[in-house]
This record gives sequence, structure tokens and C-alpha cells, in this order.
Amino acid sequence: MSFYDQVIALERQPISETLVRRTAADVARVLAAERVDAQGFLTLLSPAAAAFLEAMAQRAHALTVQHFGQVILLYTPLYLANYCSNFCLYCGFAARNSIRRDRLTVAEVEEEARLISAIGLRHLLILTGESRKKSSVEYLADCVAVLRRYFTSIVVEVYPLETAEYAQLVAAGVDGLTLYQETYDRAVYDVVHPKGPKRDYRYRLETPERGADGGLRSVNIGALLGLAEGRREAFLTGLHADYLQRRYPDVEVSISLPRIRPHEGIFQPEHTVTDREFVQILLAMRLFLPRAGIVISTRERAEFRDHLIPLGVTKMSAGSHTEVGGRAHRDAATGQFEISDTRDVAEIKRAIEARGYKAIFKDWHPLVEGAMVNG
Amino acid sequence: MDDALSIGGYDLASRLFVGTGKFTSYDLIPQTILASGAQVVTVALRRMDFDSPQENMVDYLPKGAILMTNTSGARNATEAVRIARLARAAGCGDWIKIEVIGDHKYLLPDNYETIKATEELAAEGFVVLPYMSPDLMVARKLVAVGAAAVMPLGAPIGSNRGLRTKELVRIMIEEIERPIIVDAGIGRPSEAAEAMEMGCAAVLVNTAIATARDPIGMARAFALAVEAGRQAYRAGIGPVQDYAVASSPLTGFLRD
Repeated sequence: MSFYDQVIALERQPISETLVRRTAADVARVLAAERVDAQGFLTLLSPAAAAFLEAMAQRAHALTVQHFGQVILLYTPLYLANYCSNFCLYCGFAARNSIRRDRLTVAEVEEEARLISAIGLRHLLILTGESRKKSSVEYLADCVAVLRRYFTSIVVEVYPLETAEYAQLVAAGVDGLTLYQETYDRAVYDVVHPKGPKRDYRYRLETPERGADGGLRSVNIGALLGLAEGRREAFLTGLHADYLQRRYPDVEVSISLPRIRPHEGIFQPEHTVTDREFVQILLAMRLFLPRAGIVISTRERAEFRDHLIPLGVTKMSAGSHTEVGGRAHRDAATGQFEISDTRDVAEIKRAIEARGYKAIFKDWHPLVEGAMVNG
Repeated sequence: MDDALSIGGYDLASRLFVGTGKFTSYDLIPQTILASGAQVVTVALRRMDFDSPQENMVDYLPKGAILMTNTSGARNATEAVRIARLARAAGCGDWIKIEVIGDHKYLLPDNYETIKATEELAAEGFVVLPYMSPDLMVARKLVAVGAAAVMPLGAPIGSNRGLRTKELVRIMIEEIERPIIVDAGIGRPSEAAEAMEMGCAAVLVNTAIATARDPIGMARAFALAVEAGRQAYRAGIGPVQDYAVASSPLTGFLRD
């Protein structure tokens, strides 16, 4: 059964009602068991579990240390372009918005790469708006051909591709994929994506599978918290990750928890996720998926991010810019959203170390010919 | 050396190997390794960064330590072989811990791919120590294709569950004429001692030391436990008796 079929089946389940009905006794029972199954995961996401945050945090911390050590991998995003053919109500890049559009040349990409790698970072996330025409697979492959000389891991966050196109990017030197479903709620999905290729819910949902089939080593998924009911979105995200882990045991599956940030446009989130709810979601995720990576971006503010470190996080972005280029090539008018944690990489590294954790810059070594020769 | 462990042309005095993947600070690594007395230290190639001396774990190993690169991240034999060659080309030497994992949830090794990688790398002159799920037939094949030692897991990586695979490891110790080194799962010094008492040639410990409140203290505790277990094994442990030896309820009638 594909995950799409599971989503359809879940629509007939009274998830929201079940969440409200779960009791403190149910939560205690889940926390007493050695493993958390899907029903237990739902219980941990329920309002009743909000009273058990400390117990959940202790266990999430212990599980994460056991599986990952006290180690946080740092990466940084590089926006290659911001052309976009979608009309997502919540996004600053949406085609209707009158921001300045830009795309880096390969030479400009190299300038950015030089500046970022000089800081020591070896993991790079490259992003574009969703425009096949302006940011073609060939363009991406050309950029990656340069970037692989500077970075040992390159992850793409671009429009959904076909399996053969992912294979093409893998051959060029890409090893991972980030793609947010944005919302698992099909009705909300329809409303917030009024036009453009992104309207196809199922095609987007099945993208991580095409990426894995194309040979990517890691896939990162997430729901944009704020678009629909947060607890339900978290539940579906966790189930999606679990599905991917079972179907692709050799692929590293991780989860992002992006919360909506202020941006160009008039959209305001209807389902605000509070800090407490955010932490509960993070902890429930860790207890349900002990081996999954959990990623926290600079959308979250610095002080809050620092508190999240011991709760199950394994990867964090640092030194982020959401405008095209952003280091050598700066034009704030091309940004996707405002970042909250504006500290530079050295400051974030120090903050992580102050919590007794090791910030690492490298956790992959490329195996393709012609990759960064390190040594 | 009286009781040296011979692997790859080296006579090792210490039978404790240590891993490095989970330390909270690289500055802790040299002191911890010294406290453990370990001579063989594993580092994953994926964590080595030769362009950033401050970030390159290899630069934190004490002088004289034998670097055993591990192939963490390899999903099949081909990838493990590539990692080993990259490591050798980068100056990491010939010792390779083969770790081929096709399962991210439990991090259990793929024995079939491990045999293939061992064969290829042993033929290229590497000192190959394969990490495997304990299985006598697989261990025999690994030895046949050139493994320098065989490293069965005691329990899944990082689980600190101890020697759950004891009976299978015991059979391997009895039947395999190469060192058997328990790798993964050992959570406390008493479990390391237990493995050594039953005749393991060495143990490899990472999580239990690196994530202890005091890694240096825990490294010392493991060193002592491994030594105690080895001494006990050599001294010959008496059989466990379920009844008093003096009583002979079945043959007591045979008095002269």
C-alpha cells in the first residue's frame, strides 16, 4: 500500500477526536512501554500528554544520546534561484509576489561555495524556487559539478523530480533530498496551492520514494506547521517517515519541523503552533522514531533553538540566508522568509558546545569519482 | 609480550579497541584513549576532514595508536571497498573495519555484502576486520576470504544491551581460529569482562565510553574489566556446579 492510500484511509479515522479523548492514564501507559507504536505516538501528541513533557524529554534525550551521541551536524542552505511557477499562499517566492527574481550563474555559485567552505562547513543544502524552466535539472547538475569540489554532502530542496532525474543528480554528486509536503491535509492543501504544478498532492507525496529509487542516500520530509491542525500534521509526518523507513531501510530518513515565518504576502497561519506544542511534537517524534534524524532550521529563534538541542535534534542549519546567494551575492529583496536565528556559524557552534554537545561539520564522504578530494 | 594479541603484523598488549563517533568534544579523545590503554582506534572516514585540522578527528589520536578506518555509511560491498580505498589514499593506513549496513533502523550488518567486501579488500592487502551478525558459517567464510579477525555484535550498535548473542559468539570462539572481537552492544565493564572470560580475543567499545558522564573514568573502568576478564580466561574458570560436589546421589553406592 502506498502512503497515499494510507492518507486516504486515515481521512476516515477520527484522528482529531481521538487526540482529545486520550487521557493521562493512556499517556502513562505509553511511557511505561519499551517501544512506542503508531497509536502510542498519537497518544504522545494528544493534549493529555502536554502534562508529561519533562518525562518525555528525559526519555527523548536518553534515546538520542544512545543512538547519535551528543553530536549535532551543522549545514547551511544556499539559494541558487527564486523563480517560481507556484502560487502557494504562504510563501514569499510565490509567482504572484513582486519580489526581485534572480538566479546565480555557475561562477557566482562557486564564489558562494568558496565563502561557505572557508568557514569549515561540508554539508550544503541547495534550494531553488519551483521553476523547472528557470532552474532545470541540467542547471542544477552544472552547479553541483562545481559545488562537489567544496562540499562532501549536497542535498537538494527543489521542485519534485522524476526518478531518472534524481539518478542524474546522484551521478552529478547529490546525496540527499529535502521536500516538505507542506500539509498532509488534502483540503487545506487544495486551498493553499490554488494554481501551479504543486497542486498535484499525490505527485508531491510520492517524491521521497522517487528520490530513494533514484539512489539518494537520505530523504528529509516535513509539514509546514501552521497550515493545518498541528498535532494531526505531526502524526501524518511521523507515519510518513515510518513508512519510508520500512520501505527503504538503507535510506536515512529525517524529519524537519518548519514553523511558518513572516514573509511577503498576506497569508497568516490559522493553526499557530506554540512553543510548548512544538516541543511536544519534537519529543513525540523522537520517541516514535528513535533512529530518525531531526532537523531544526534557523526559522526558530536562537534561544529557543539552544533549548531544543538536548531534546532529540540531530541536525541544525547555521549561517543561513534565504535570499539568492546571500554571502558574496546579497540582495535582501530576493528572500523567501525571514530567519530568526541570525548568529553566524562560529556563534552557533559555541552555543552547541556550551550545552555539552559536539558540533560537527562533516558526516559524509562522497563515493563518486571526482568528488572533493579531501586529503 | 606474554599474552599479546597478534593482528595484521602487530602484537597488541591491549585487548580493548575503542570507537570515536559519539564524543562530545574532540579534546576528550586523546585522554580517553590513553586512559583506556587502547592501541586500536576506529574512526569513520565520513567524519574525517583533512582540510580542517581542528575538525579532523584523526589529529586527536595519540601517537602510536593504530587507526582502523571504519566504512560507516556503506550500504553494500562496492561502497565499503571504495571507502577503504579512499581512506588508504588519504594516508589512513591498511586497517579497515568493514561495516556494511543496509538497515538504518537497527543498524544491523549485511553479512553477505560484508563477505564480498572482505574478500576484495583482503586481496588488496588490507588488514580487514569485518563487523557482522554472529553466524558460524559466515565467520568461516570471512576467515576463508582473508579476514584478520571477526567482529560479531553483542547487541545492536549503541543499544548498551550487553552480550545478547552470547551463545552464538561462544560457538564462534570454539570453532574459528582467528580472533573473535565483540563489537557493539557492550554497555558496561562487567559485560566486557564477561566477553573476555568466555574467550573473546578483544572487545570494541564506543557508546558506553563516549556517552558516559565521565568518559575518561569509564575508559579506565573498561581497561580494568577487559584485563580482569582476560586474566580469568587464562587462569581457567571453574565449572559452575548445581549441587555440592561432595554428594554423589547416583554413584554413592559404589563404595569400596
